[in-house]
Amino acid sequence: MADEAPFQFLHNEVIHYIYKSAENGETENGKNITKLENMGFRVGQGLIERLTKDTARFKDELDIMKFICKDFWTCVFKKQIDNLRTNHQGIYVLQDNKFRLLSQLSAGKQYLEHAPKYLAFTCGLVRGALSNLGVKSIVTAEVSVMPACKTHITCPSSDQRHSHKD
Amino acid sequence: MAVCIAVIAKENYPLYIRSVPTQNELKFHYTVHTSLDVVEEKISAVGKSLGDQRELYLGLLYPTEDYKMFRKLHNSFTDVMCNPFHNPGDTIQSKAFDGIVSGMMVQTG
Repeated sequence: MADEAPFQFLHNEVIHYIYKSAENGETENGKNITKLENMGFRVGQGLIERLTKDTARFKDELDIMKFICKDFWTCVFKKQIDNLRTNHQGIYVLQDNKFRLLSQLSAGKQYLEHAPKYLAFTCGLVRGALSNLGVKSIVTAEVSVMPACKTHITCPSSDQRHSHKD
Repeated sequence: MAVCIAVIAKENYPLYIRSVPTQNELKFHYTVHTSLDVVEEKISAVGKSLGDQRELYLGLLYPTEDYKMFRKLHNSFTDVMCNPFHNPGDTIQSKAFDGIVSGMMVQTG
């Protein structure tokens, strides 16, 4: 796949464009984040079709998550997820200690309030990929210290004990 | 050579279906639907056999299919999915996909 730099630049410009074109109407953060997430969703759908063309069928959900952590993350960000945790009941936490899209922003707590914009596309990417693999999910991300990023994936269908919490 | 080719979405409706023009086309459409049951059987069987068989191609449902054909079809399906003007869930309207499918159907002159 192509070099990282063009994608990072494009990603930053997309965020900038969306926020700029929203200045006339509303400056609600919510709508812009949703637009970015939806973009990521569509890209994730196409990308996962390409990537899994030649791979074997997945045994179960955990297998799918491992694929996301290794091959999918490597394809998009040229590195693997550093840590995957799960409660085996549909909740997965993917930890990336040096998230590529944030590493140029800062190396600590500076600009923390802008981090959500830069995570929306990636959340959509993961959600789109899972969707085309047949897994309905809710994907959110949190940053406490840049550039480390934790992605939370919740799969309601395999979560049989707890009721749906948001 | 195929007489009928169909791509089914995960919600069980056809994204694309084409058959050689004959009087009995409806029969082909029904066959496609019933073959979905066979596919489901195979998938649940595979889950029990210790994950040996992890191929995407589920093998011959009935002894008239060709592995190469499936591969070509899957590849062109992937290309359709990556087309930014195609929305997943819509019927497939790509000319390139049509071309590949024509190449695989029985030629009726």
